[in-house]
Amino acid sequence: MKEPVSNSEVAVKSALKGRRRPKLLRNLAAKIAAVPMILVALVGFVGCSVWSIFYSFTSSKSLPKERFVGFAQYERLFDSSRWQTSVENVAIYGVCSLVFSLTIGFLLAVALDQKIRFENTFRTIFLYPFALSFIVTGLVWQWLLNAEFGIAQVIRDIGFSGFEMNILSNREYAIYAIVIAGLWQGTGLVMALMLAGLRGIDQDIWKASRVDGIPAWRTYLFIVIPMMKPVFITTLVIIASGIVKVFDLVVALTAGGPGGSSELPAKYVYDYMFGRANLGQALAASTVMLITVLIILIPWAYLEFSQKRNAKHG
Amino acid sequence: MVKSIHEGMQGPHGPKPKKSLSARNIVLYGFLLVAAFYWLLPLYVMIVTSLKGLPEVRMGNIFSPPMEITFEPWIKAWDTACTGLYCEGLKVGFWNSVKILIPSTVISIAIASVNGYALSFWRFKGSEIFFTILLFGAFIPYQVMLYPLVIILRELGLFSSLGGVVLIHCIFGMPILTLLFRNYFASVPEELFKAARVDGAGFWRIFAQIMLPMSLPIFVVAIILQVTGIWNDFLFGIIYSGTTNFPMTVQLNNIVNTTQGVKEYNVNMAATLLTGALPLVVYFISGKLFVRGIAAGAVKG
Repeated sequence: MKEPVSNSEVAVKSALKGRRRPKLLRNLAAKIAAVPMILVALVGFVGCSVWSIFYSFTSSKSLPKERFVGFAQYERLFDSSRWQTSVENVAIYGVCSLVFSLTIGFLLAVALDQKIRFENTFRTIFLYPFALSFIVTGLVWQWLLNAEFGIAQVIRDIGFSGFEMNILSNREYAIYAIVIAGLWQGTGLVMALMLAGLRGIDQDIWKASRVDGIPAWRTYLFIVIPMMKPVFITTLVIIASGIVKVFDLVVALTAGGPGGSSELPAKYVYDYMFGRANLGQALAASTVMLITVLIILIPWAYLEFSQKRNAKHG
Repeated sequence: MVKSIHEGMQGPHGPKPKKSLSARNIVLYGFLLVAAFYWLLPLYVMIVTSLKGLPEVRMGNIFSPPMEITFEPWIKAWDTACTGLYCEGLKVGFWNSVKILIPSTVISIAIASVNGYALSFWRFKGSEIFFTILLFGAFIPYQVMLYPLVIILRELGLFSSLGGVVLIHCIFGMPILTLLFRNYFASVPEELFKAARVDGAGFWRIFAQIMLPMSLPIFVVAIILQVTGIWNDFLFGIIYSGTTNFPMTVQLNNIVNTTQGVKEYNVNMAATLLTGALPLVVYFISGKLFVRGIAAGAVKG
């Protein structure tokens, strides 16, 4: 950490000149430079969140009105079957993405860390979908999973003539199509983060475990993974905050269908806010999303900051 | 010793490889090849489908290469594909995206670089608190802030305009960019800054003459981050830009997911490729810098 030298230097200088600038004007250029940040932080992030929470207790329809109804919007929200489906879906999507992207991403990173050939090529291949838009990802998978002409037809051509794969128009499975597309796009990122984590581990670990004759898989499982705990936690937080935000992918891939069976909370908010002109309901839903994120975020931030503080003192 | 430290910093770890055709290597490369196949398949299918005529798409197998290569779908996707209302193709969306992309990237990076510099060298009372709030803001679901921002833009007279989307991109790009620049400037030796101060240089002069020239790599990382991020945006484009200014992603979705007419899968895939082309090119050219951008944003955050 650097000391804020500049303040005192400016003060000394102006004192020498015989006039002391008022406190607010000291370090003025930096304060002016920080005005956009302060505005965004206070008006944009804090102000807008508070506004949304405030109006989630009103019966606002297409325009915000201060007609307070207590928790009525929340009661309606939790009674709504569409919201329940959205929450179930985000849970399915979340659990599947977390489990699969973490395991596959970690395995890919381990495989790439074995002094293999063409490491760069493989890494480029696994990460390129991450550069694409969710809309692009959604539309490609819509085509691949097309029941008439997609992969299903290829399987029929091989000889399984009765084969049916209609995930996209199946109420049960449509959400898994979103999972598959999401994994295709996001696992590369997990791999890249895990690879960076593996590369950050002290190489002497490997020498020591070889001397002790411990097989590689056990070294990974019992020594490397525990050492990579911070990387895992950070990755977890990134994936989790991404899961809550998923919106474009559903719009492009299934548009929430069939029959609203693949709705997600972010889309619920959008639809009620801009499509159905039911602002109060949309804001109540968004507040629930915010609280969920805070439940994930606050323990993590607490851990991070307390660790840093301990590291500094110890 | 020095050499081993150096190796520890970069290059693969893991146990030493044995013979080239051991069972271990077969499993290893087998796994990687299967995974690479899965990851490349969609790109391959996109390209192949976009080069086929519609009858061939309907007849054949999505994996088979085109018997007769045609660029018709590409031309149609660019020039005449219909979004339900208009039949002007993706080109309108492309130019809208460009008009959104350039000012958003320039303004957001300009603000964030100065800001990161101020946060590293010119801290004032409360600067860290605002920065922490900013970082927390990066995790707030956008849905919470969508409507109040509509009101703010309407008050500013920017709702449903290109200026409005640009402002929104600057707001939501700020946390990650500021973090990126702050972390970079934090690694600049303090003595350099102090020496310039002693020589009498002020806030802007130190920034322009000392910090800017030495921070070009981080600017490249920031540009990559913003270009791909803004180009790929859908949510802000559809809400804040207004129907005539829809960016390419929104138009693409409108073209492909219109319910009317015959589904032209080849045109759809050409349109999808056209939309994905810019970020893909950026990704393939930038290579390691792209990874560095996301790692800087992700791991250090």
